[in-house]
Amino acid sequence: MPEKMALTVTRYRPEKESEPTAQTYEVPFRKDWVILDALNHIKDQLDGSLSFRWSCRMGVCGSCGMKVNGTPKLTCAAFLADYLPGPIRVEPLDYFPIIRDLVTDLTDFMQKLEKVKPWIIREREKPLAEGEYLQTPDQLDAYKQFSMCINCMLCYSACPIYGLEPSFVGPAAIALAQRYNLDSRDQGAAERLAILSAKDGIWECTFVSECTKVCPKNVDPAGAIQQYKLTGAAHWVRSLLLPRGTR
Amino acid sequence: MRPITPFLWLLFSAGGTVAALLFPVHVFLTGLAFPLGWVEPPRYEALYGLLRHPVTRLYLFVLIALPLFHWAHRFRYTLYDGLQLKHLTELIAVLCYGTALAATAMAAVLLWNVP
Amino acid sequence: MSAEAPAPRYTLYHPRWYRRRVSVWWWLQNPTYTGFVLRELSSVFVAFFAVVFLWQLRALVRGPEAYAQVLARLGTPLFLLLHAVTFLFVLIHAVTWFNLAPRAMVVRVRGRRLPDWVIVGSNYAAWLVASAVVAVILLRG
Repeated sequence: MPEKMALTVTRYRPEKESEPTAQTYEVPFRKDWVILDALNHIKDQLDGSLSFRWSCRMGVCGSCGMKVNGTPKLTCAAFLADYLPGPIRVEPLDYFPIIRDLVTDLTDFMQKLEKVKPWIIREREKPLAEGEYLQTPDQLDAYKQFSMCINCMLCYSACPIYGLEPSFVGPAAIALAQRYNLDSRDQGAAERLAILSAKDGIWECTFVSECTKVCPKNVDPAGAIQQYKLTGAAHWVRSLLLPRGTR
Repeated sequence: MRPITPFLWLLFSAGGTVAALLFPVHVFLTGLAFPLGWVEPPRYEALYGLLRHPVTRLYLFVLIALPLFHWAHRFRYTLYDGLQLKHLTELIAVLCYGTALAATAMAAVLLWNVP
Repeated sequence: MSAEAPAPRYTLYHPRWYRRRVSVWWWLQNPTYTGFVLRELSSVFVAFFAVVFLWQLRALVRGPEAYAQVLARLGTPLFLLLHAVTFLFVLIHAVTWFNLAPRAMVVRVRGRRLPDWVIVGSNYAAWLVASAVVAVILLRG
């Protein structure tokens, strides 16, 4: 077991440089440490100026996503031991603008998330007096996988289409739209389909499937998008055959 | 105007399925086994006899047309994304689908007019 | 606050944020991306063979001499090489296509989702049957 391990971290201080640079730190190696622990050690003991996001440190908040040796990962879930002997390259997520060091701007994703209306849409809200919505375990099963998304954006960092065409809605937003489309309580599928069938929606996806590979919660956004394409195509055929029959 | 992308995707999917299921055996036989003499190729009379059957002509139409539209859709996105030719997007679409359409029309004319 | 200040506007285009350019060689930076591009390029070989089919069809309709000419051309080293490569890429297309099929189709039987291997397996089975039927028809004649 080595005593130390090297981390090569991206630094970007806009007030004094115009391009990112890399800085290497030596951290103690502990076999139960994750990369987030190493970053916190750097900030506490070696260089307090390093900036990065983190919160729950247990893989549910989605804050600590970064590229580790080129692959998007949650740094709270990436053990130092898995990267021996090192050095480990830690970089900010791809395809988002870098604000500082390892911190990226996520506004683009937030706007896209809002655009797909990720909430239950009802024609008429059920008043409290009528009781609660009932849902069987099978109905829950239909959308449960897509509800696991923690908005960590590793999938956006893995999607080459998002990198090449920044207006693409992206994997997580579409998976979350599907989560509501498939929810038995929701009545907004047609509305969302209209939004996502437009340019930069689901049809931009070419099924690279890297998003599913990097997702830490097994949401399978690529599968969600392909299923959505099938639904969209079926809807198109139906609207062709029965022009007035579709909502 | 109803968007046409779902239709193009359906053509892409159908073409991809046809190509996946049927092209391997056809490429193997026509491209390798017959010319290399591994198996006896069918005689002209037998092939022509098959061709006169309307089912064969429909089969050949599907076998030629759908995979070409599969290519057109896929290649269009490959050029657009892979080579980042965004500024030529309309030209690329016209060239890709246009080629597929032209070849399909040629196949249809040939198959319709088999004597 | 005593005065009504205008609400601060969040600007997306902060001049100091660093925006990384995507290189035109993005697909070489990751083996999965490279595999993806090869998979997409297999469609070129699919189109090539569809055109070869069309060429054969045209010759078949024209008569035995025209058809014999096409057959002779197919036997040349250039075409044999082209078809060997085409066969490889058509196989890549078929295998990647069948392996990805279950992701697009969620088939539910009596409320339970059919496992992936059933859908993939059915695709490969259909492939075997279709190939056998075509081979029998072409080799019988």
